[in-house]
Amino acid sequence: MTLRDGWEMVIGLEVHTELKTSTKMFCGCANEFGSEPNTNVCPVCLGLPGSLPVLNVRAVDLAMAIGFALHSTIGFSTFHRKNYFYPDMPKDFQISQYDLPINSGGYLDLPDGSRVTIERAHLEEDTGKSTHLGGSGRIHGADRSLVDYNRSGVPLVEIVSGPDIRSSAQARGYASELRGILIATGASDGRMEEGSMRIDANVSVRRPGDPLGTRCEIKNLNSLRSLHRAIDYEAARQVELVEGGAKVRQETRHWDEHLGETSTMRTKEEAEDYRYFREPDLVDLVPDTAWQERIRAGLGAMPAERRATLLARLTDPTPSQLDALEVVVDLGFDDLVLAAIDAGVEAPLALARAANELAAAIDDIANLTQDAFIATLTMEQGGELSATQAKTVLLELLAHAGDPRAIAAAKGFEQLSSDSLGETVAALITQYPDEWARFRDGDEKLAQFFIGQVMKLTKGQANGKAVIAELQSRR
Amino acid sequence: MASSLRREDVAKVAKLARLTLSEAELDEFTAQLGQVLEHANDIAALDLEGVVATAHPFGLINVVRADERRASLARDDVLAMAPDTQDGRFAVPRIMGEAP
Repeated sequence: MTLRDGWEMVIGLEVHTELKTSTKMFCGCANEFGSEPNTNVCPVCLGLPGSLPVLNVRAVDLAMAIGFALHSTIGFSTFHRKNYFYPDMPKDFQISQYDLPINSGGYLDLPDGSRVTIERAHLEEDTGKSTHLGGSGRIHGADRSLVDYNRSGVPLVEIVSGPDIRSSAQARGYASELRGILIATGASDGRMEEGSMRIDANVSVRRPGDPLGTRCEIKNLNSLRSLHRAIDYEAARQVELVEGGAKVRQETRHWDEHLGETSTMRTKEEAEDYRYFREPDLVDLVPDTAWQERIRAGLGAMPAERRATLLARLTDPTPSQLDALEVVVDLGFDDLVLAAIDAGVEAPLALARAANELAAAIDDIANLTQDAFIATLTMEQGGELSATQAKTVLLELLAHAGDPRAIAAAKGFEQLSSDSLGETVAALITQYPDEWARFRDGDEKLAQFFIGQVMKLTKGQANGKAVIAELQSRR
Repeated sequence: MASSLRREDVAKVAKLARLTLSEAELDEFTAQLGQVLEHANDIAALDLEGVVATAHPFGLINVVRADERRASLARDDVLAMAPDTQDGRFAVPRIMGEAP
């Protein structure tokens, strides 16, 4: 969506990503999604008196990996207490970084060619999870709230962008590219639906060239679609306010996915005074050059570079192939596709199978070996398997692993030999003499007719190229 | 920095910390906290050009632990500490706003 003429959006995003550690940030409790409530808790993450936090080294490693990927400056950093009263933090404060974050500055280049600056990417701990009972089930009108502290103390990195984003589409592109980077660094699984990545959007509107307008912060957007919709709604709301002679009030707003609206959560009058002060139980964090270099050396290629590598293997890519390429890199299947191409599989075929069949079964991807993927596609390309059969073999491999040839044999796919294909074609020629005559006279369109008939009779088990070869041989 | 702690500053800090102070207490603490802040003036008066801020009294840096799991508490023990529980969770009074 674009705004009414004469207006532009100014957007900055705060992306919170949970780090993929084994344990929490300051204690040895499991960092695990989906455990029974309050089973991954201890005196530290429950804030019991006398307990002391000790920093998880892996959280620092991953935070630095994010910093390198975003071209940040990594430096001397400290921890602060952010004080507030809310039951999701049993200590009544959250340990965060304030004036000296581990990563300062940086930028992220988007596929559309734009660059978004990064202000900081700092470490902090996640809060517990509240469930609100009674009333509508949402926050307003709840009679009481239930709290699960399994998430309390899970390590987070909060990545704050500059106010550089000018449209909801660009915001979405930024979040998507950032998500790819978080996955590529191994910092996060990027599962927005599980809350591994949550976004707050700061939105304001102005006439181009004017100073920044008053911004509103939309909290806790947990899908790219919500991000996109919430920004569009909020910017349009602000334009309407200002054009109607009113002022935008600086406040925090809540996005309701079902209503498709933002609404006031709280105004900023008394808020924002978190009485930050140094966390006296934690010492300074000063990663030395050797530590930083170890992390930098361990980083693989980031999505932009991986897209370029794969793109170089495609000749005159179609738009749908470019889409498939993005999906493949997004899901981390690019190494698999490149290996298949190296083994002689045509790039479009490898790309299509990865972006469709493999993407649909991403949770089972560990079952599929590179060799099995290549073998299946090689059989398809060579005409031993039809497209439908190859897909079936891939699905079976993904579900149960195994040997593609054995699977094809067990399913009877190899029985459609050239002999039986020949018999099928011969029968069709007898059945459709007029169509056959026209094909013989050079009407190539009729080839499609015969392929369709063969597919119908063989329930999709025939290979299209093999059918054409069979037709040609009888012409 | 001049010590100019005002009574309303103390009232605001008390409010943020959810402390209820009487009028007499406000006077008392304004005076006490004012003295503490005045002490900072002694330091501010020194020439500290080029001196790195002391962030912590210990000289230690980079105190970390390996990312290894340790046993968590038994849930029954944990919930037994709470005044009220439901469905394996801590039950608290209705929350009016959302977390900051």
